[in-house]
Amino acid sequence: MPDWNARIREQLGILNLKPAREAEIVEELAQHAEDRYRELRTGGATETEARRIALDEIGGHQLLARELRAIERTVAPDRGRFLAGLAQDLRYAFRTLRKNPGFTAVAMLALALGIGANTAIFSVVNGVLLRPLAYPDPGRLTLISETTSEFSQMSVAYPNFLDWRRESRSFTDIGATRSDDFNFTGSGEPERLSGEYVSASLFPVLGVTPFMGRGFLPQEDRQGAACAIMIGYGFWKQRLAADPNILGRVLTLNAMSCAVVGVLPADFRFSERAQVYVPIEQYDGGLLRTRESHPGISVFGRLKPGVTIKAAQAEIGSISSVLERQYPATNAGHGARVVRMKDNMVAYIQPTLLLLVGAVGFVLIIACANVANLLLARSTARKREFAIRTALGAERGRIVRQLLTESVLLSLGAAAIGLLLARWGTRLVLTAAPGSLPRSGEIGIDPYVLLFTLAVSIITGILFGLAPAFHGANANPQESLKEGARGAGGGRRRAEGVFVAVEIGLAVILLSGAGLMMQSVWRLLRVDPGFNTRNILTMQVALSPKVMASPPAIRLAYQQMLGRVAAIPGVQAVAVASLVPLGESDSENSFWLGAGPQPPQDHLTSAMFYVVTPDYSRVMQIPLLRGRFIAERDTLASPAVVVIDEVMAKHVFPGRDPIGRQISLMAVGPVQIAGVVGHVKHWGLDTDDTAKIRDQIYFPLLQIPDQFMSQGVAGLTLMLRTGAEPLGLASAVRAQVAGPTQDQPIYAVRTMEQTVSGSLAQRRFAMLVLIVFAATAVLLAAVGIYGVMAYAVTRRTHELGIRVALGASRRETIGLVMRQGMRLAAIGLAGGLVAALALTRLMAGLLYGVRPADPATLAAVALLLGGIALLACYIPARRATAVDPVVALRCE
Amino acid sequence: MQDQSIDNREWKKGSAELLLLSLLEAVPRHGYELGKLIEQRSQGALRFHAASLYPLLYRLEKRGWIQGRWVEKSGQRRRRYYRLTAPGRKILASQRQGWQTFVEAINRIAGAENA
Repeated sequence: MPDWNARIREQLGILNLKPAREAEIVEELAQHAEDRYRELRTGGATETEARRIALDEIGGHQLLARELRAIERTVAPDRGRFLAGLAQDLRYAFRTLRKNPGFTAVAMLALALGIGANTAIFSVVNGVLLRPLAYPDPGRLTLISETTSEFSQMSVAYPNFLDWRRESRSFTDIGATRSDDFNFTGSGEPERLSGEYVSASLFPVLGVTPFMGRGFLPQEDRQGAACAIMIGYGFWKQRLAADPNILGRVLTLNAMSCAVVGVLPADFRFSERAQVYVPIEQYDGGLLRTRESHPGISVFGRLKPGVTIKAAQAEIGSISSVLERQYPATNAGHGARVVRMKDNMVAYIQPTLLLLVGAVGFVLIIACANVANLLLARSTARKREFAIRTALGAERGRIVRQLLTESVLLSLGAAAIGLLLARWGTRLVLTAAPGSLPRSGEIGIDPYVLLFTLAVSIITGILFGLAPAFHGANANPQESLKEGARGAGGGRRRAEGVFVAVEIGLAVILLSGAGLMMQSVWRLLRVDPGFNTRNILTMQVALSPKVMASPPAIRLAYQQMLGRVAAIPGVQAVAVASLVPLGESDSENSFWLGAGPQPPQDHLTSAMFYVVTPDYSRVMQIPLLRGRFIAERDTLASPAVVVIDEVMAKHVFPGRDPIGRQISLMAVGPVQIAGVVGHVKHWGLDTDDTAKIRDQIYFPLLQIPDQFMSQGVAGLTLMLRTGAEPLGLASAVRAQVAGPTQDQPIYAVRTMEQTVSGSLAQRRFAMLVLIVFAATAVLLAAVGIYGVMAYAVTRRTHELGIRVALGASRRETIGLVMRQGMRLAAIGLAGGLVAALALTRLMAGLLYGVRPADPATLAAVALLLGGIALLACYIPARRATAVDPVVALRCE
Repeated sequence: MQDQSIDNREWKKGSAELLLLSLLEAVPRHGYELGKLIEQRSQGALRFHAASLYPLLYRLEKRGWIQGRWVEKSGQRRRRYYRLTAPGRKILASQRQGWQTFVEAINRIAGAENA
């Protein structure tokens, strides 16, 4: 008796019925087959004949399965079977990939580049833009600044802060902070510490609880209170050797004895550099008491739950209006602005990052197109395999699933490599372009990044796998088996062509973007900053606390220091200045014409205010246009003088000679204009032209009135012009500055060229990343077009052989093949140029001195890519001429 | 004979449900019996192979017109017997009615031409 059950089960197999139901049907049909068999045997049929007929009737040609499919519930809500199928698919996919190591390596590398670049950019976007600030309930944290017609964000006058704090109801509290440096003595070498003056309310506003000890008490944040300080975790750990008895220990800062009351937690990142925190009321001098001065104070507020930014803005605005009326001399025209703390930190970098997100997406699409092409080529080669499987009863969906499993497995493998590339690449970029990103300490690979990479790789796998999968599944078993493994259908060739054109098009866009950024940076580097940036060394100096008490001693100390440094061999000129151009800090003073009394606030004009010593113009090599620069003879004993720049001369004295005229400076009084110098691009090589305050005033250090001396000299920069490489002089300068008492440290030593390059950091970062992306894109596109052309030549071996046999010349053959490739390249180039015209417009804000639709850039890009495409086509084309007609025809 | 049964394919499709329901009207029967009965009573003009007979039975069962039950008789393998359900009985009546109307209509046309 034949085994009916097995034959029937075989037929039902592809339906994926529930096992119980399948058993029932098998039993019933087997019974039927047996009955039929017996009947036929009784009727005289032979055993073989009877069996054949019985089985035939049960369902040859998939009849039974076809009929049942409509009725029975098929493919399973049965998860076990699905998972078993998946495991099988995975095993098979793994074997297939391992069998073709060359293909697998190339595809994975291309994808790893794409996925890795995306992961890297996402980890940056995640750390900088997406991740909430590391404070409790960070959405309620705001920055409150003053505004004037000249500044949309200005540091806050301390009395205004106190009034805001007292009057406002929108915030749980607000806190103030001011960055400063402190002399740390009495513990070995004198040291300069970075620190913050903070109001006692600041840490509660931020929601930070100390790692050890406590925060500041309100009574510690009072003028004349005993000095209490908090210290950063890193400072405690490294500099103080994680002293377990740190609480209560007394440190000497700026010659004050300060008791440590708390240590901040390790992950506290309010300031990337602060080592110590001091109550703001300890900030020396009258600057805290006057509404005139805006000494770099930032104010942060925590919104009460449910209060919107808009409501808080309205309230602070109205308080400021009251203050305007109350204190017209100092507050007229001063408003206030409330923005989210995070927006304030990162809003400016957002356009750059979004640009990179777009660019990196293109890189991934190019990688996908490349791998899709590889897979297409392979799926043509595998046509026989699919045909056999189809003939054996595999459904189309099953083959698509198998192929997609392969491509997703491929992209997951690539993602693993990509993660490593991303980790390494992000570090590289952050090292190559330091200071170009805010919150850079928070950039890293976290669960969100991993999730992103996983999602991207799965989507990528499906994306590049779809076309080849359907191509493979559409194999007509009869055709494929008949024609053997030769040739590719028109559909496939079309898809290949589209992919190559898309790759080239996207490469055009990326190259254009990179080209425009390069041009911008290049042009910026050629902008004349108004001084000679070469061979200047700058550093911060701190005078000995012993001299700081007496203004004459301060003046003397500076003069002696300048004398000692000037004597160092290689130093050509040396000066101190209160401000360094392009250095991201600024200081303004208000002035009015003549020597009369101070007019109301809104009749004053603001100008950049540089306090300098006579050799400043020699160090900087700023051209003197009229009169003279500040000289040694300008002291308190002589009439006060200033030197102004050409912009101010034109602006304030249009058509007149400013030399000898009088203006009055706030807090100084009447001064006479002694000279006019060239303008220095203080605000930045790119932004200075459009800055609101461009007038510049130079004031002699030695004419600073006694009462302002100690504040006036805080944070002065020592600048020297050298004959050779400036950094080589740093240690000699350090030794000379330290002075007889060895307690005057120098810090923040850098060359002016470093400062200039730092001012371009953000653009350089964007340029660097775009160049890397564009290079990757070009490489992938070149590989893509080469692959397609090489394959096309192999495919046409037969045809080319006939042509050669019929007398086609070498040139004709090359031309034939190249025309095919260059047609694709031309389509890609044209499409890419059109898209680039549209898309580069989005980056207009990041460009300098070059229009988005810069014809030279676009032409260069088209030429470069056209050349690469030509080369990528030429190599396979030349191989085509090597076709031996005899061999080619024999391979039929 | 064979030719005729192939020609009858379309007719079979439309009328197959009616045939099966009719045969189950009086007594429950199993699939093989149903196939044999159709072949015998149509004198070989209509034949259902297992591959189309059983799917049809399952479809009727799914609709609730017939119900299958495993029955064991001594000395035999168990068989699945189908019986008509109450809804099936109603469907049979209406299909029978519809079929008669259809056949009469055809006859009126085809018969008239021939006459």
